[in-house]
Amino acid sequence: MALRTEPFVLNIGPQHPSSHGLFRLEVTLDGEVVTGLELVLGYLHRGIEKLAEGRTYIQNIPLTDRLDYLASMTNNFAYVLAVEKLAGIEVPERTEYLRVIMAELMRISSHLSFIGFLLNELGAYFTPLFYMFREREKILDLFEMVCGQRLTYNYMRIGGVSQDIPEEFLPAVKRFVAEMPRLVDEYEQLLSGNEILLARTKGVGILPRDKAINASASGPVLRASGVKWDIRKVDPYSVYDRFDFEVPVGSVGDVYDRYWVRVSEMRQSVRILEQALKQLPKGEVWTKVPGLLRPLRGEVYGHIEGPKGELGFYLVSDNSIAPYRFHIRPPALLNLTALKDMVVGWKLADAIVIFGSLDTVLGEVDR
Amino acid sequence: MRFERYGIGIIKGLMVTMKNFLRPPITLQYPEEKLITSRRIRGNELVWQVSKCTGCATCAKSCPQGNIEIVTHLGTENNYVVDKLQVDTGKCMFCGLCVESCPYEALFMGRSYERATYRRRELVLSKEALELSEDRQPSGYFYPRIEVLLPRQTLLLYWDREDGQKLCWFPWRKKANRGRR
Repeated sequence: MALRTEPFVLNIGPQHPSSHGLFRLEVTLDGEVVTGLELVLGYLHRGIEKLAEGRTYIQNIPLTDRLDYLASMTNNFAYVLAVEKLAGIEVPERTEYLRVIMAELMRISSHLSFIGFLLNELGAYFTPLFYMFREREKILDLFEMVCGQRLTYNYMRIGGVSQDIPEEFLPAVKRFVAEMPRLVDEYEQLLSGNEILLARTKGVGILPRDKAINASASGPVLRASGVKWDIRKVDPYSVYDRFDFEVPVGSVGDVYDRYWVRVSEMRQSVRILEQALKQLPKGEVWTKVPGLLRPLRGEVYGHIEGPKGELGFYLVSDNSIAPYRFHIRPPALLNLTALKDMVVGWKLADAIVIFGSLDTVLGEVDR
Repeated sequence: MRFERYGIGIIKGLMVTMKNFLRPPITLQYPEEKLITSRRIRGNELVWQVSKCTGCATCAKSCPQGNIEIVTHLGTENNYVVDKLQVDTGKCMFCGLCVESCPYEALFMGRSYERATYRRRELVLSKEALELSEDRQPSGYFYPRIEVLLPRQTLLLYWDREDGQKLCWFPWRKKANRGRR
């Protein structure tokens, strides 16, 4: 008598310790192998896009903090750049540099928490995470010094930043920049050569180059698949054209490459920080912008290279104090659409790791 | 995946673990020991200086949540007297936009951050609970003149320095104990 088998549907989530937020993964299993995958989104939907249409341009800045809450500073940055493009506001040079310094510190912090949580999913429960969180804590301390809070910064303003940096900020960042390369080496010594990590990540969850482009993936996920696409290079915003840095590119597009690209990006961020600190000019941090800004009729799309990929804001103005349309292009959502291509054919334990390698923050996906 | 010499990577990783095992801890025993927060901390309360407030309600207009309630009446000396100022800190997200918008420097962020209560209604701060007093001091957020008076923030970056904050576990490493507050 032949054994009767049938596919088994398993729900991963909505609560899952490694996903930042609520999210359900409906996996169809054949034994242990994943044969189908359905993403169920919307558990963390707060209606930010609609809320933003009822608030003035400056009141929307705290809302953008709540998108990708592990990288609030870059969300502020992207939104503020879009509004400045819409209203045609020039910002002082010192502000541009301060914004770049904050964005790069935020990128390091976001990548650190990515590596920690990836290792969490591999089963190295919370030990590597706390190595990463030690350094993340240092960055959060710096942000707290500048803007008074550790998660929702609300630091950037239209036409500037909310306040100039305090005097003890620059020595502290210099110290951080000086010690960070050594600490990245420490992580590499701890993790990159580890046989268990290599066995679990090398060749797992390959996303081919053409599929990554078709899914309009961006950021480290796209770069791990071998596409040299970084908005800081291809469409330089702010003062990124003045810095000398490389874009790390992976070769295969597996989980290890995504890990490696992020580790290399942290080194490049440190390089940008070094140059930015050297070039930081003195002067004003704020241009006069009316509190109730009324940009002329028009629409604009402003995008930056966030830690997770291309973060864009599409704004339509009808010459009133609030945006007529406020649309967010979240990198994590578009990276998630490629998940099915990567996961099908792998075992369930690998599916979790592949999902973790996308660095999804659900606050941004559901917004 | 196959390896020629299995275990080298793990031993290298354990060397990092050993190095970190021998250093003093960087964590703190929280309720007993406390870090000094940032001078610009946006704590979980607002501080209101009643003598400077004119009742113009700019703070209420700038609040993204519409969270500040202010009621005034016309006083005798051609001024407005504030009857009611109420902030629900359960709804407030402490973005600081009200403080930045105040044209008369009457509103500040507070410095306290331990504001857990048993009842939700205790989070609603009325006029008396917002007023500037001995135990309710403003933070330096947006006000550099207050900022310079406040103590310096303890940073994890300087944890192994003399101005660091941590007591070492190991009595033979007396050097690390010097910086204890």
